[in-house]
Amino acid sequence: MSNAELIAEAGKIVDVAAKDAPLTVRGLTVSYGNKPAVFSVDASIPAGSMTAIIGPNGAGKSTFLKGTLGVIPRLSGEIRIFGKPFHEARDRVAYVPQRASVDWDFPARVIDVVLMGLYGSVGLFRFWRARHREQAMECLDRVGMADFATRQIGQLSGGQQQRVFLARALAQNAEFYLLDEPFAGVDAATERAIVAVLKDLKAEGRTVVCVHHDLSTVAEYFDRVLLINVRRVAEGPVDTTFTAANLQETYGGRLATTHIDELRLA
Amino acid sequence: MIDNLITALGAEFVQLSLTPIVIGILGAVACALPGNFLLLRRQALIGDAISHVVLPGIVAAFLVTGTITAVPMMIGAGCAAIVAVILIEIVKRLGRVEPGAAMGLVFTTLFAAGVLFLEMTDTSSVHIDVQHALLGNLESLIWFDAEGWQSLLDPVALATLPPQLPRLAVVLVGIVLFITLFWKELKISTFDAAFAEAIGIRTRVLGFALVVVTAIAAVAAFDAVGSIIVIAMFVCPPAAARLMTNQLGRQIGWSVALAVISAVLGYVFAGYGPGWFGSPYAVSAAGMIATISGIVLLLACLFGPQRKRTGQRAEA
Repeated sequence: MSNAELIAEAGKIVDVAAKDAPLTVRGLTVSYGNKPAVFSVDASIPAGSMTAIIGPNGAGKSTFLKGTLGVIPRLSGEIRIFGKPFHEARDRVAYVPQRASVDWDFPARVIDVVLMGLYGSVGLFRFWRARHREQAMECLDRVGMADFATRQIGQLSGGQQQRVFLARALAQNAEFYLLDEPFAGVDAATERAIVAVLKDLKAEGRTVVCVHHDLSTVAEYFDRVLLINVRRVAEGPVDTTFTAANLQETYGGRLATTHIDELRLA
Repeated sequence: MIDNLITALGAEFVQLSLTPIVIGILGAVACALPGNFLLLRRQALIGDAISHVVLPGIVAAFLVTGTITAVPMMIGAGCAAIVAVILIEIVKRLGRVEPGAAMGLVFTTLFAAGVLFLEMTDTSSVHIDVQHALLGNLESLIWFDAEGWQSLLDPVALATLPPQLPRLAVVLVGIVLFITLFWKELKISTFDAAFAEAIGIRTRVLGFALVVVTAIAAVAAFDAVGSIIVIAMFVCPPAAARLMTNQLGRQIGWSVALAVISAVLGYVFAGYGPGWFGSPYAVSAAGMIATISGIVLLLACLFGPQRKRTGQRAEA
């Protein structure tokens, strides 16, 4: 929280504080074919903050997350997670990919997916044990899915699947959570449940970053925004950065000014 | 009746049928195991591709070494499999086509090249032909020195087992070890590759290792049972097993059971089935085993408990 305030006062990213910040990105460029999806993006996520990554479709929001975590190769850019290269800080990070990116017809039960989050604590050449199952059940309980533990994942609704993904991330017991569109295609009850869990994480001093689509809920859920459209447009606290001018620049002509004004009022 | 059965399962059975059945089982299971992961990764066709390119690999190995001994043949086949995998990657990237199309293109071309190769070179003195490549020679893998079940304890007789049997057994042990040791990694990266990469699993290396394991299974099984069985076993038992259960571990157990059932029933039906219909001729065991595995899949499609899956619900 103090970091966020410090930044708010200065009005720009404070480099001193960023040294051991959960995430510092310098000049991240990722390209599919010969067209860059993300071009020279800088970002600095302070500890204990909740940041929404916002931008139009195809703006490279998901690519930014994947490039940051090395899920896809990057052309250039320097990434620091808690001041270290990602591979040295992997255990402190939990990543939730888009729900639609996996095949939910995979032969697994809900608990099997949550157990995947405990991979790091199982150890090479070893198997999941009873104590891992207990931990996984606790995580399912936190997202209200304990009753579904033995259900085949393909039988779940979209919202339930998203909760299972969140439970898997909780099982990682990370300090820094990166979620790719956690509210896409979920019911209202699930959205409330997920927001509650994310706010709990923040209250525990953890850091949360979400790729987010619904501009009307940005101010309600998050305290910071990162506006991206291939390049970084703006980054900072919601109060000073989530402005009509910045949104106009991010979305180009695709967002009417009146629409933005409504968002500000809400 | 019981006397008949004992005689039927006696010396003659051990000498003529035991080793082909065991080799058929080993080959079927060795292919079905990696097939589970290929199927779930939507790469089932890679098994098909690899088992086809084994032919040009073997012909090339023969041309280089001039012999048909097992080791150069298997090295040649293994190299051809790796070349095919690399070519598939190249076609996929340069041609910007979907993986299935790239595989289909590469393996048909290489298989056809293998057939041409075979016809243009003088291989009439040796036993490689397209027929053999497709159907193997399961029936000929008999155990001459066996005199009955007691031969299983006789080191002298055991030393004369067809070499395909110990070779496939070693390969199968290797495959079981690979899947057991990397169980978590295979499971996680097959379900969610992006998550697997983020938590530190080397998904690309693991994916390549799976293809290499597949190639080893295909090459080892090919020599004994032919590519028809190899192709069928990569796909049919795992696909049928998927319809029997919703858990990966159980699916693999089912796939092994169904592979064994296909191998045993297929061999028995091929040897004795035509006799039941009054025909004096046996049919190809490889063809029958592959056919049975297809029938098993059909039955699983019709009656498998998990055949009706809701899948991913579209929900606003």
